[in-house]
Amino acid sequence: MKRKKRTKKNVVRLSSKKTFLILFGICVISIFLSLTLNLNGGPFKVAADVVFGPMQRGLNQIGLVMTSRKNDFQNLQELTKENDKLQAQVEELTTENSTLKLKQYELEELQQLYELDQKYPSYKKTGARVIARDASNWFNTFVIDKGSKDGIKVDMNVIAGGGLVGRVTSVSKSSATVTSIINDTCAFSGMMISTSDYCIVRGSLASMTEDQTILFDTLKDTDNKVTEGEQVVTSNISQKYLEGILVGYVTTIKTDSNNLTKSGTITPIVDFEHLEEVLVILEKKETE
Amino acid sequence: MVRKLVEIALCIVCFILQITLFKALEIASVSPNLLIVLVAAIGFMKGPKEGMLIGFISGFFVDIYFSPVLGFYALVYMLMGLFNGLFKKEFFPDDIKLPMLMIALSDFLYNITIYVVMFLFRGDTNLGYYLINVILPEVVYTMIVAIVLYLIILKINQRLEINEKRSASKFG
Repeated sequence: MKRKKRTKKNVVRLSSKKTFLILFGICVISIFLSLTLNLNGGPFKVAADVVFGPMQRGLNQIGLVMTSRKNDFQNLQELTKENDKLQAQVEELTTENSTLKLKQYELEELQQLYELDQKYPSYKKTGARVIARDASNWFNTFVIDKGSKDGIKVDMNVIAGGGLVGRVTSVSKSSATVTSIINDTCAFSGMMISTSDYCIVRGSLASMTEDQTILFDTLKDTDNKVTEGEQVVTSNISQKYLEGILVGYVTTIKTDSNNLTKSGTITPIVDFEHLEEVLVILEKKETE
Repeated sequence: MVRKLVEIALCIVCFILQITLFKALEIASVSPNLLIVLVAAIGFMKGPKEGMLIGFISGFFVDIYFSPVLGFYALVYMLMGLFNGLFKKEFFPDDIKLPMLMIALSDFLYNITIYVVMFLFRGDTNLGYYLINVILPEVVYTMIVAIVLYLIILKINQRLEINEKRSASKFG
């Protein structure tokens, strides 16, 4: 009786070799399909949202509370120290303020020149909350709580705090995955604001962990006008990013060994470590 | 059946904790990998078949949300499940040293695989840097979390085994 049962079991159950081959096959086929047909997630994501969505939102809230608690403790000691420092700074700044006011007129003129202040608010935007972040430590992608039903589409640009965060790479009904510009696999065309020189901005894991910067290269700056502190914006020839969104400030710059181009690092405006809320620009760059 | 459901529930819980709560508790911009602990532990306890299945499911969750290609993480996690399953003979519930070593080794291998496929293939040969700044910190953090998580999974596994034995003796 017992033996009979066992043999029956063996017939029904797959051996581990077969399981391996089946699962391996599924993986290879789906990798192949998503590479050729450009699918990612798709229908699975809709189903997954139903299961994960509410939990993500709730747990993320707990996480945020815990980090703010953690920060509170750290802050208490720092605050007293900071207070002294700040008092000294206040005096320094009041004198600086008067000189800056003069410079502001100049700045306003410049801004009109580049029409930056007009372009920014003219885009239609929607706010979204970051509800989950990448499962590995290698990439910087995150999930926001708005999806196709809020009008979000793939390749829409995402900004936060006035600076570029990244773009939407996949969308489901009620959530979307955003790939940020500091991602190691991400590169796009940028532009120096004062000289309108193009450069390639590249995300970099190494330089991001090192000193919170991303890289730029192939900058043709023949007049040597670009200096540290220069603003970098997305360029008009960028394929996926709308023109004139602020990326960050140049922190280091050096001439390449070919003596023709320059490269260096940019400090992004956005604080990617503490990203909680972002704005999605509901407009796509039409490149075709 | 009960076991399958419990294991899938564990996958979901670990995945969600990993991408929300533990991301908020990042240390030096590194967060632990709970899924690898789960996959390694199940593989180690129940053998290659179960390990591969759980690995496939957890990897697939990651794929759905974070991977540019569907199936990549499923494959990596599945192979980790298989790798741990091969050591099932060495499994004794009382011993915690070997499973910890296996978990650390799996996390290490998992990260090396990601490095090779996603970074080395693009011409980024800076392995030493990534080893010190990404891989090893993650392994250490994962180990710390694993001490607690492994014991929880072990307890759940024992519960399930008692249940299975009881129902088996009822029918047998």
